[in-house]
Amino acid sequence: MVDARATARPKISPINDPRWRSAIVQVLLCLAIVWLAYGAITNAAENLARARIASGFDFWNSTAGFDISQTLIPYTTQSTYGRAFWVGLLNTLLVASLGIVFATIIGFTIGILQLSKNVLVSKLAAAYVEIVRNLPLLLQLLFWYNAVLKALPNLRESLAIPGGALLNNRGLFLPKPIFGGAMDVVLAAFALGVIGAIAFRYWARRRQALTGQQPPVLIVSLLLIVAMPVVVFAAMGFPVTFEAPEMGRFNIRGGIEILPEFAALLFGLSIYTAAFIAEVVRAGLQAVSHGQTEAAYSLGLRPGPTLRLVVVPQAMRVIVPPLTNQYLNLTKNSSLAVAIGYPDLVQVFTGTVLNQTGQAVEVVAITMAVYLTISLATSGLMNLYNRRFALKER
Amino acid sequence: MKRAILSLALATAIGLAGSVAEAQTLKSVQQRGVLNCGANGNLAGFGLPDAQGNWTGFDVDYCRAIAAAIFNDPTKVKFIPLTAKDRFTALQSGEVDVLIRNTTWTSSRDTTSGLNFTGVNYYDGQGFLVRKALKVNSALELSDAAVCVQQGTTTELNLADFFRTNNMKLKTVTFATSDEAVKAYDAGRCDAYTTDASALYGERLRTAAPDDHVVLPDIISKEPLGPSVRHGDDQWFDIVRWVNFMLINAEELGVAKANVDAQMKSDNPEIRRMLGVEGKQGEAFGLSNDFVVRMIKTVGNYGEIFEKNLGQGSPLKISRGLNALWTKGGLQYAPPVR
Repeated sequence: MVDARATARPKISPINDPRWRSAIVQVLLCLAIVWLAYGAITNAAENLARARIASGFDFWNSTAGFDISQTLIPYTTQSTYGRAFWVGLLNTLLVASLGIVFATIIGFTIGILQLSKNVLVSKLAAAYVEIVRNLPLLLQLLFWYNAVLKALPNLRESLAIPGGALLNNRGLFLPKPIFGGAMDVVLAAFALGVIGAIAFRYWARRRQALTGQQPPVLIVSLLLIVAMPVVVFAAMGFPVTFEAPEMGRFNIRGGIEILPEFAALLFGLSIYTAAFIAEVVRAGLQAVSHGQTEAAYSLGLRPGPTLRLVVVPQAMRVIVPPLTNQYLNLTKNSSLAVAIGYPDLVQVFTGTVLNQTGQAVEVVAITMAVYLTISLATSGLMNLYNRRFALKER
Repeated sequence: MKRAILSLALATAIGLAGSVAEAQTLKSVQQRGVLNCGANGNLAGFGLPDAQGNWTGFDVDYCRAIAAAIFNDPTKVKFIPLTAKDRFTALQSGEVDVLIRNTTWTSSRDTTSGLNFTGVNYYDGQGFLVRKALKVNSALELSDAAVCVQQGTTTELNLADFFRTNNMKLKTVTFATSDEAVKAYDAGRCDAYTTDASALYGERLRTAAPDDHVVLPDIISKEPLGPSVRHGDDQWFDIVRWVNFMLINAEELGVAKANVDAQMKSDNPEIRRMLGVEGKQGEAFGLSNDFVVRMIKTVGNYGEIFEKNLGQGSPLKISRGLNALWTKGGLQYAPPVR
């Protein structure tokens, strides 16, 4: 029995076989990387031990002993460093997610306004983009923070906003709603409304496909989602009371507190990132050939549906990938919070915790892993979204 | 294949470069020709560059004294301004040779942070700065007050402890630098600003209207400030420790900038040993025998450094208090030169 391959190809030395060569090179490279990583880790561990610097993750459960100004989960000075980490992380996620929402809204608005036929509007939008994106973010954050602090009245002269809110340079204090037991019914009505709206939309689509008529989806949805819960809310006798913020000896007690640090950071990040998003949106809209619009018009579509059904879906293909970059930038830029005293992950964890424990290697490694995870998750979600708009090649 | 060998060689080179040589700080400072001193760039009286970029301050003079002891040239110092938050990492990683930045000596910093404190050059305590208009007379009345504080300091922890022990409600606003913290306090963001009492006097002068603010009399903690070095280099530790002791001894023995040359002819054996006229104590440190003479000629003795930067010769006018010599009712006490 003769081996078929051996006869089909002349026997060559593995060194000259391209498949073997590439496999060997890859294996060696992997080994080198592993060895390098191993060397770096053992070297660091050895040097830390020699300098008698503590290592390991035991600090995670030690008492932190410091206070944090904004905590979304219960936290006291007796909580652990691990708890402080979660407080910081949640603060980062809060400002990043709200920042993404606001930056997207402002960015899309400005981006579309840049293409307005009204010269004043388009020039103003362009001026906004050019001014905001060409100034360093840190400078803008410091500007907003100091503008907020300087412009607002001090505690004793708090601005009373109708509805029981107070505004001063310690923050914005809103009445805190305390819901009664009947609130469950209102929430159930809201959930029903959402389900009803989705079902109506589905029915409307089918009806349009069959008959060409367009049922009023928007109005019916608003009635179901907004009006119905409000009516139920009223029918249940408004099951909510408000805890109004009041003046204490030094500070305002009670109510919901929005820190000026948070406001300045959110404002600064949103304004800054929106300028970049505006450019992305403008570029995306302009990337759709004008012929598409003309074709839509010639089919009898009005400008609204043309933008919504023809231009935007094509523009989104160009917009989504760079938009993802801007979302990632915003999340990472939120670490500049450290300059204006907002307790985000970097300020709390790589700031105070690192300094108190002295364990720079572990703390920085954890922080990097967290930012990497947040960024990969964001881009993963955006990739899913992008797949919906990608060209369907059949 | 060639590429694989190349990458392997590169990896080896990086791996080897990664291993750190035994700590020999004095030798590496001498070879470098300049002392890297971690300093506070932001605190009047302790460390602050003036308009011409000349560094001045109590801690700064300590850096100069060490440079004078090693190089016979007090200008061979590179001052590296550090925030409270970054200072230990800078020392651990070797970016600075010595950290002299009004840093409090604590047990955890001495152990887990990998530092060795060489002594105490300033006995301090934490205090509060508040607006006079608040009519607060004691720190105990500050429950529910918003307090601005600098991050990465013992201050941050003492503050939390103090409020907890006295069952007071605390609202802190934490900033990375004292500069930002004071600015926010001055803008009305906080009711009080807290830090070491020595610094409060200087920070008060930086507010828009210093007369509207008052330092409360309460001292809520012990803050022994001193220079620190890395673990594991005993020779360097001894040098930095004895620079402080020599400056204190010089004051005690009456050796000052103006009379140091005359004092070299003194009959007092202790002075003769200290100034290197008798014995070889300087060489035992790895320095030249007359290193104390050079230090005193450059910056003066402990008392002179204090008065020039913090005391009557400065805008701060801080009295010696705990920092008087032990012979005058204070705590400054140095072991003998023998």
